[in-house]
Amino acid sequence: MELSVMLSMLGSSLVFTFFIFFITLVGSLPLGVLIALARMSRLRVLSSIAKIYISFMRGTPLMLQLMFFMFAPYYIFDIPIDVNWKYWACSIGFILNYAAYFAEIYRSGIQSIPVGQYEAASVLGYSKSQTFMKIILPQVIKRILPAMGNEIITLIKDTSLAFVLGIAEMFTVAKQIANSQVTLLPYIIAAAVYWVICLIIEYGLNKTEKKLDYYHD
Amino acid sequence: MMQESIETAEQKKEPLLRLLNARKSFGKNDVLKDITLEVNAGEVVAIIGPSGGGKSTLLRCATLLETLDGGTLAYGDLVVASPDAAGNAVYGGKDVLAKARTRFGLVFQNFNLFPHYTVLKNIAEPPILVQKREREEVEAEARELLAKMGLSDKADHVPCDLSGGQQQRVAIARALAMNPDILFFDEPTSALDPELTIEVLKVIRQLAAEHMTMVIVTHEMAFARDVADHIIFLDGGYVVEQGPAEQVINNPTHERTRAFLRKYEE
Repeated sequence: MELSVMLSMLGSSLVFTFFIFFITLVGSLPLGVLIALARMSRLRVLSSIAKIYISFMRGTPLMLQLMFFMFAPYYIFDIPIDVNWKYWACSIGFILNYAAYFAEIYRSGIQSIPVGQYEAASVLGYSKSQTFMKIILPQVIKRILPAMGNEIITLIKDTSLAFVLGIAEMFTVAKQIANSQVTLLPYIIAAAVYWVICLIIEYGLNKTEKKLDYYHD
Repeated sequence: MMQESIETAEQKKEPLLRLLNARKSFGKNDVLKDITLEVNAGEVVAIIGPSGGGKSTLLRCATLLETLDGGTLAYGDLVVASPDAAGNAVYGGKDVLAKARTRFGLVFQNFNLFPHYTVLKNIAEPPILVQKREREEVEAEARELLAKMGLSDKADHVPCDLSGGQQQRVAIARALAMNPDILFFDEPTSALDPELTIEVLKVIRQLAAEHMTMVIVTHEMAFARDVADHIIFLDGGYVVEQGPAEQVINNPTHERTRAFLRKYEE
């Protein structure tokens, strides 16, 4: 196989890698906020449910969760599996899993803000939502950025887990080519591409950190 | 604005702040047992007393950061909490609490400025956001307040660039920008070095000279005597002694007050 063919096959597989990456972020970043709020809720029931959810999602392998969502419709509800279901199963699995991690990062950030910030806002007459949006959240974002960066970089590499569902993302394709052509080259190329993507993410994160570096507390 | 509010309060002959038989406990710890006090327009009241005597809790209850268990809390004609038949404090609705918050300002011991805002935004955002006032007008006023605090050149800095004394003066400006009727200070110099304490006390003195109504919890006895019209000695959850500043500091009548003040003379 010519190198150009190999590159174009791997290149087009990136579409799925990015699909998983972005759909996971779009779904799990806001869902994580809801779970974090539930986790910190004064309602015992709600916080317990959130706690168990987070524990379970973090305590079982993502690969197993993906398989579960892939086959649950058939084994539990006896619904025949549609050819496109794997994309749904993949999205649901990734979003639900990553939301648990993000929720804990949000929680750590929110709880690290001194209570005096809430009190100052309260005395000045800020409503609860004004306090959260204007005073707390901007400070939380600065504090959690390094931890979020970790997760986002992990996510790029975790997209390779979608190979168990037969989704043609980059790692799946690299594996197929390596097996059929008996060569290590596609793995090396894939590794380089993953790394380059991570370097771009790191660059973006560093820029953002620098931008938020105008104050210290 | 300040002048106006003083006049209306005087016409009605109502104290700006009124606490009647106020009670507050945390679990089994009765911090405020029976507190009754009034603060009139233009008055400067200093609250002194040993740690754990209830000074901070009193301020926190007055500023709605804590809720009273029993008694009355009123700002002028606005009754915030009043006792039910059993003597337990019943608070007004959200609108009453919101209205009450427009009547007072609070300066914290550790400033609690918003670290991600510039000095100017710290002062100007609350009136714009909460009181829905015009940005230009508010910012002009904020700059005037900064000039008054001797911090004109710090408007575009963030709080972490400033010394503790400067931060506390920004916090005072932030509270003043809301045009409160009454300003509370919770040990405003306790977190500061002596030389920074002086500059903050100077600002408070200046406000006193302008007849700003203030309630100051402080450990600075000489300052309390000089600036306050009225001193309240709080111990064990009760007002043990109160009266004109000179009298309470120089000729206290209660043994507990004398014992407390003696510690400061040493």
